[in-house]
Amino acid sequence: MRYLAILLFLLLPAAASANDVERVQTPGGLTAWLVREPSIPVIAIEFSFRGGSALDPAERKGVANMLSVLLDEGAGDLDSLEFQKRLQEQAIHIGFDAGRDHFFGSLRTLSQNREEAFALLRLALTEPRFDPDPVARMRAQLRTRLRRSENDPGAIASRAWFRRAFGDHPYAEPSIGTDESLEAIDANDLRDYMRRVFARDGLVIGAVGDITPDDLAAALDRIFGDLPKNGAASAVPEAELQLAGGSLEVIEFDVPQSRIVFGGPGIRRNDPDWYAAYVMNYILGGGTLTSRLGLEVRERRGLAYGVSSYLMPLNHAGLYMGSVGTQNSRVAETVEVIRTEIVRLRDDGVTAEELADAKTYLNGSFPLHLTSSGAIAGILAAMQREDLGIDYLQRRPELIDAVTQDDVRRVARRLLNPQEMFTIVVGRPTDLPSGG
Amino acid sequence: MHGNRRRLSTMRELLVALTAVLLTLPAQAGLFNPKTHTLANGLEIVVVEDHRAPVVSHMVHYRTGAADDFPGKSGIAHFLEHLMFKGTPTVPSGEFSRIVARNGGQENALTGHDMTAYFQNVASDRLELVMRLEADRMANLQLTPADVDLERQVILEERRSRVDNDPGSQFGEMMRATQFLNHPYGRPVIGWEHEMRALSLEDALAFHRRYYAPNNAILLVAGDVTLKQVVALAETYYGPIPRRDVPARVRAQEPRQLAPRRVVLSDPRVAHPSLRRTYLAPRRNSEDSSQAAALRVFATVLGGGTVSRLYQELVVRQKIALSAGAFYDAVSLDPSLFGIYATPASGHTPEELEQAIDRVLQDVLRDGLDLEEIERAKAGMVASVVYARDSIFRAPRVLGDAMTAGLSVDDVETWPDLVSAVTSEQVLAAGRAVLDPRRSVTGYLLPES
Repeated sequence: MRYLAILLFLLLPAAASANDVERVQTPGGLTAWLVREPSIPVIAIEFSFRGGSALDPAERKGVANMLSVLLDEGAGDLDSLEFQKRLQEQAIHIGFDAGRDHFFGSLRTLSQNREEAFALLRLALTEPRFDPDPVARMRAQLRTRLRRSENDPGAIASRAWFRRAFGDHPYAEPSIGTDESLEAIDANDLRDYMRRVFARDGLVIGAVGDITPDDLAAALDRIFGDLPKNGAASAVPEAELQLAGGSLEVIEFDVPQSRIVFGGPGIRRNDPDWYAAYVMNYILGGGTLTSRLGLEVRERRGLAYGVSSYLMPLNHAGLYMGSVGTQNSRVAETVEVIRTEIVRLRDDGVTAEELADAKTYLNGSFPLHLTSSGAIAGILAAMQREDLGIDYLQRRPELIDAVTQDDVRRVARRLLNPQEMFTIVVGRPTDLPSGG
Repeated sequence: MHGNRRRLSTMRELLVALTAVLLTLPAQAGLFNPKTHTLANGLEIVVVEDHRAPVVSHMVHYRTGAADDFPGKSGIAHFLEHLMFKGTPTVPSGEFSRIVARNGGQENALTGHDMTAYFQNVASDRLELVMRLEADRMANLQLTPADVDLERQVILEERRSRVDNDPGSQFGEMMRATQFLNHPYGRPVIGWEHEMRALSLEDALAFHRRYYAPNNAILLVAGDVTLKQVVALAETYYGPIPRRDVPARVRAQEPRQLAPRRVVLSDPRVAHPSLRRTYLAPRRNSEDSSQAAALRVFATVLGGGTVSRLYQELVVRQKIALSAGAFYDAVSLDPSLFGIYATPASGHTPEELEQAIDRVLQDVLRDGLDLEEIERAKAGMVASVVYARDSIFRAPRVLGDAMTAGLSVDDVETWPDLVSAVTSEQVLAAGRAVLDPRRSVTGYLLPES
């Protein structure tokens, strides 16, 4: 069975785009990675600036996120309505998102509407208006979204976990900010953030679709060319995780199903053991129906519909997280089953068969992510962010394949330590020993 | 200022843009260009060839869903979807997913009111494997009481996480149950909790026996494959499964709805109120699709995004709402829903907001819609159709959902043309017809006072 699995892996065709990624250097000095695909008349561009909500000023948490919803609310001579009309009538999609470490942007357009799309993106990035009405409107929407998340047990659990783990570090708060800070943010704060973050030295770009390298280069110079070369230096310190040593905290909240978040120190993307950790995580909790956690928690005991674990590599911290939801009367049982599985993998490692199956899945399924222009463009941008090399798509299978049982055992001993993890439960658990 | 900024504010230019988009659609006419075949046992096959990557999506849509649940046994269609992973004589319980994963595939299943679908996305040379597995459980599902009992726990947790933990979902269930006086669309797909607890192994096998026949299923494959290859494989694996009589899908239909209804749900977990209104609406009918197309355009103009009437009027101009929109589900086997939703801004009540919405609707019905906003909506809708082709795995879902809702492959293919051909008179007429208060339910979701 093991042999057959390896043989099947060798027969899997290489990803179609593995050889097709071109590096495009623009006359203005920008770099983009491009996969040409003229058969569908669509162009997708995914890009990001180094920064993110971790660069929000301490008293202005939420700036990056608010900026992300205001850039398309009027720019240049186009007020909010005019800008949105242009987008709608030509089915141009421009969107932004603030993560913790990066500020993301995306564009999708039919190739025949490209000029308008590029022009609108350029305006959004360089001349946003921040008119009072849209700012007030977005502020109100964000405050309501925040209030709603404060009544969502999963969001409560996640926020509590991050606040406990990070203390004063910028990673402690979610990108949306707090009600106080949202009230205080004004257009000056937004412009200040842009000045610090929207710079060419922290910019990565992935592009896919019906466009030639020369046309792409010209477009990118138009879109990004007016941005400053250098952004403000990142002031985000390395995070010292405040571990609560194996503890479990309950936040009482009236829901029939407790939402549980657990986690501890993880691993950075550029760690030599990243791929071992990635494979290990797949086996432990990476696929709901195919992982050890899925088998023990859902399939064998019916404790949960969703259970998973995942690596969360940030620029200044590595995390290893997981989550599950179960009825209030079975929280202790669920937590215990998960703990047992974590310890079992740490102590006994994984079998050769589990390892082979994991590799077959992780390698075989990867091309399935390369099936839309936007998805491929996003991967191209991510590859640049993490410095994976332009041939990463070809090398990835070998990197996964090189992981040995010993590698997994080593990284498991490093990451799977319940005494360095802590758990937040949001709900009304009835079966926990008193005291949480 | 650099860049080329064409201004598309005139009607003529919008029409030019619309025409240009239609000409841009790939050389072969149509959206997905599906190829079809039917096996002797009645299994319909639809193939969308897309050779951009050596992957395929293999999907089976059964022409059955939650609206066909046995009376008193709501959730059985969805429960069966879960139980389809619990084994056959040759594939032990739970192995289905592991085999697919071991072959580098991703898979899932989903249940709607009119359909239940199972799919695997795999490298093209794994198509035969997943077809064999899927055909096997179509014909040979076997269940144990222990597996059924465990999976019943799982679907109850699913209901807890999707519904019981979320007052917004609970509100949606109450709205739906109130909108449909008689039709099973009023029941939640996942089922009512008390009925879910009582679903049995016998119920699941009975549902499987009744509906899971090859002549009641559609096989959809998209990706790096040809019709010929798919048919050859299908003959081998699905071909031997005998056809069975499947009862016609006859659901209890709606009586005339004579009275507007109201739903108010208060819950301490609601941070901020919201408002929703639905109207019973005609579904897209193969024989006359223009009404559905017109109604979709109406929904887009009225509330399809930030340039729409509702958003601009209520959110931007009056500042009485934080958000507002409208929707229309055209793809449905039986009568469907047209809906409006909005969230009041702080300092404004849902009652005020409802009155403001009604004023917008009255204005529209009295004065009509601007030609420009109609043409802009149409242009956007038609242009966005090209994006559906960009994602290799989209086609089976779109075609399968349409076919299980009584539409044909041609209906899907001609949708962009239908939308383009809609006239403003048709849009307004469709809007007028659907905005009948007697066929409506208005609901408020409120914090506990």
